[in-house]
Amino acid sequence: MKQLTIISGKGGTGKTTITAAFAALAKNKVMADADVDAADLHLILNPRIEKEEAFYGGRLPFLDRSLCNECGICREKCRFEAINDKFIIDTIACEGCGVCVQVCPQKAISMQENLCGQWFISRTRFGPLVHARLGIAEENSGKLVALVRQQARLIAENENMDYIIIDGPPGIGCPVISSISGVDLVLAVTEPTLSGIHDLERVVGVARHFNIPAMVCINKSDINPEATEKIKDYCQQNQIEIAGEIPYDPVVTRAMVAGKTVVEFEDGRITSKIKTIWDKVIRSFGQGNN
Amino acid sequence: MKIAVASGKGGTGKTTIAVNLALTLPEVQYIDCDVEEPNGHIFLKPRIEQTMSVGIPVPEVNLAQCTHCGMCAKVCEYHAIITLLDKVLVFPELCHGCGGCAYICPADAIQEVEREIGVIEKGKADSIEFVQARLNIGEPMAPPLIRKEKKLINPTKIVIIDSPPGTSCPVVTSVKGSDFCILVTEPTPFGLNDLKLAVEMLKVLEIPFGVVINLADIGNKEVWEYCKSEKISILGEIPFERKIAEAYSRGVPIVKKFPEYKEKFWGIYQAITRRIIV
Repeated sequence: MKQLTIISGKGGTGKTTITAAFAALAKNKVMADADVDAADLHLILNPRIEKEEAFYGGRLPFLDRSLCNECGICREKCRFEAINDKFIIDTIACEGCGVCVQVCPQKAISMQENLCGQWFISRTRFGPLVHARLGIAEENSGKLVALVRQQARLIAENENMDYIIIDGPPGIGCPVISSISGVDLVLAVTEPTLSGIHDLERVVGVARHFNIPAMVCINKSDINPEATEKIKDYCQQNQIEIAGEIPYDPVVTRAMVAGKTVVEFEDGRITSKIKTIWDKVIRSFGQGNN
Repeated sequence: MKIAVASGKGGTGKTTIAVNLALTLPEVQYIDCDVEEPNGHIFLKPRIEQTMSVGIPVPEVNLAQCTHCGMCAKVCEYHAIITLLDKVLVFPELCHGCGGCAYICPADAIQEVEREIGVIEKGKADSIEFVQARLNIGEPMAPPLIRKEKKLINPTKIVIIDSPPGTSCPVVTSVKGSDFCILVTEPTPFGLNDLKLAVEMLKVLEIPFGVVINLADIGNKEVWEYCKSEKISILGEIPFERKIAEAYSRGVPIVKKFPEYKEKFWGIYQAITRRIIV
């Protein structure tokens, strides 16, 4: 079983569009949406939720007012400025470290499990999907991503699947690291803009840092041919295979509006490009039988 | 006045809006809080005058003093320190720098040392005061870096805060404390879905907000319908124009190439000031 994560560094380069198209093309796979704080894959895959579970990502302090004598030691020791002068704990600023609990001479503060979101196992027209919803302004997205991936893995093992296709989050921080750790390949989707190139280099750096093989896909490649050449040069210098180029085409947005993957929506040049990319991905897994 | 520019979905044009506002308004400080992927510098081309290393304090254990009592491991909520029979393991990437272990250690065997997680850069782009931060590759935690960066806010200026995408902790850390937040979206199903999440976030944070619709002629009309039914004001619309996309791809801000657009960004700012006064 092989795991692929689609990432990009920069947001809005087409991760989810490509993940959804792969979902339609790949056989015998589980999908996982690891963009837990702005998930979009479900808008195309239209999942029927079969299982819904609460996600407790960490603990938060609760102050028992009847025990508090407002000595202020908790405020002084909190490094996250999460306790104000009225001794109200700002649960958004709080990192759940529990130092306030340790330092309180009155033992007025205790840690309690914090409901941070939900996760789901669903069926879609393309097979199982594991997805999640991080609560608004909650922390621990990395943990929730790890949970989503673990559930996807269990399904893949039980149902003897060949692939896990993971839609990654933007950026290079904790949810990204969590979405790529231990996968067989990352596909970095970029666009030929200076921002796209800048962000690609950083996200490829993260993949390298964790020793994960990477391939690059250049989306909207005809927007700026010079920049597309720059990306190719960068990839060549760094020995990164280019999985393919996809030109800008309004059909992509039209497919999204219709709630369909591009490959279901049209049988034209975009679909054929994405098919080529998927073929390269599976070839890199060393099993061209799908 | 502090104006944050955010969006649920990435790639909708946060940096475009933030940079062009910065170039349109007088007396601006631009702060790029997208420390994972900062892009404002590509367009503003600042002269960096000062670079500061930012670290978080992580424990360093003096084994000669350590009694292996295990208290440090017990209080660490992040499992960043583990005690074994003859040694103590510290996992610096998991440490949030709360200082709990050093505080609790009865043998006084833990000292805190700074570990760099990123850098802050300060400079000037013409008359714009420019601040950005970059998270080091492989580092998971953006919020401590963003918090340090926001200490450099200059309250005498119009402060434009360019936020990362999403709705989780780095975004909240960036937009918190702002007087107003511009939510940039695109009129597509993904844009709308993520806009709704960002709206929920701002309601929790109790920050007034309005929407800018970028690439306004692609997709469908549902974003307008949503804003109307939720009584969310639309501050401005930017059409999809190939010439704008091409300028963007080369790192050229819209108002530098097409000065007639200054009026549009000025209009967005005026819509904000009206909202804040009312």
